[in-house]
Amino acid sequence: MNSLDLLGLIFVGIFFGLMITSAVLLRQREGLILREISAFARLQRAIGLAVEAGSRLHISLGRGNLLSTQSGIGYVGLSILGRIARSTSISDRPPIATSGEGTLGILSQDTQRDAAKNLGVEFDPVRGRITGLSPYSYSAGTLSLIEEEDVGANMLIGSFGSEVGLITEAAERSESMTLGGTDNLSGQAVLFASAQEPLIGEETYAGGAYLGVGPMHIASLYAQDILRWVLIGLIVIGAIIKLLGSL
Amino acid sequence: MRNLAYTAIAIAVGLVVLVGYFLQIELLVNLRLVLLEWATLLVAVALLVGVINLLSVHWRKSTSDNSNRVNSIALIVAMVVTLGVAGFFGPTHPYSLWIFNYIQIPIEGSLMAILAVVLIYAGVRLLRRKPNLLSIVFIATAVVILLMTGPLFGIDIPGLAELRIWIGKVPAVAGARGILLGVSLGIVAAGLRILIGADRPYGGN
Repeated sequence: MNSLDLLGLIFVGIFFGLMITSAVLLRQREGLILREISAFARLQRAIGLAVEAGSRLHISLGRGNLLSTQSGIGYVGLSILGRIARSTSISDRPPIATSGEGTLGILSQDTQRDAAKNLGVEFDPVRGRITGLSPYSYSAGTLSLIEEEDVGANMLIGSFGSEVGLITEAAERSESMTLGGTDNLSGQAVLFASAQEPLIGEETYAGGAYLGVGPMHIASLYAQDILRWVLIGLIVIGAIIKLLGSL
Repeated sequence: MRNLAYTAIAIAVGLVVLVGYFLQIELLVNLRLVLLEWATLLVAVALLVGVINLLSVHWRKSTSDNSNRVNSIALIVAMVVTLGVAGFFGPTHPYSLWIFNYIQIPIEGSLMAILAVVLIYAGVRLLRRKPNLLSIVFIATAVVILLMTGPLFGIDIPGLAELRIWIGKVPAVAGARGILLGVSLGIVAAGLRILIGADRPYGGN
């Protein structure tokens, strides 16, 4: 094992240890306060409104291949889909999920079927759709769905490139709320300009914790925060050492 | 009981792949490669399922009283013709390439052109929706980069080229690095949650 592999293994080990420690500590604490992210507060209102007003929620899971690094954001999208499906599947117009990749499409159906089964309601497989398999065909398929299904709010959580601009434009035209986060830098820039509630960087991965998917989501958020500060510290120290060395 | 079995399989496979990546033990490395090959096969099958899903959704729409049923019929016809041509002649045959070069690429190119207009409109809307410093910096940066990326009628504004290079090398790289660090930590967290069975996208949550 080379030193880089060892470093990676140690990093994963520390992350895991921090997650477990945070989970244990959080179990003993009550009234947990998370930093306010306006996008999630607005989304929770939109979920409530969707159930009351009978409008539909649309969760777009993007095109992340589950065998690549894009799988991370795909799993976050699926967790959020599961949470929303549990809250809104009993409404007249249950949520609809779109994806641009085969495995994500299957898992989106499975997640919704699971939620429907727990609530004792019927599940229609059309609620987990694959709208296209290339970036632009996926966007084209999704934007027509936003118009046809009378969507009240769109959650775009997944791997998107700049083509996500077409989806946000369709949402804007149908006067529905858009919340979006992605792991792709160009996609993030487009979402910052075009989505009503953009999520930047790690905010997207915090969705599960803010929507109450499970205690482990909050624990992992704590672990992420701690490690982020450690990394920031190491970068600053490294920059200072380099600066001093060049003097 | 079934959910427990799914979780056990997911955790065991995840652990083998993760440990096999870091520790170069022959048995683990070989097992990891076999599992990844199986996963690749499953992804290919899932792609096929995706195509069938797409076809079934549009079949249902085209046979219903939907106002956009013409689009669904066009999709089904295009899919059947493309599958037929590429399946019969092969994907590199001139007929298949003709479909790709003269239908698929122009359509995607048109969407890309629409996207350019949509993004300009989104930029203007951003200033109206969130008129704050961050939005102004975002738009100003985009304008500077755009101005200096294309030819500006042969006009050379002193300092703009240097400004573009500086933006590309310093603040853009710093910002991208910060975002990517956050994204990487998020990916590790998502992976570990699945590895310990806290997240079960395969059902049984």
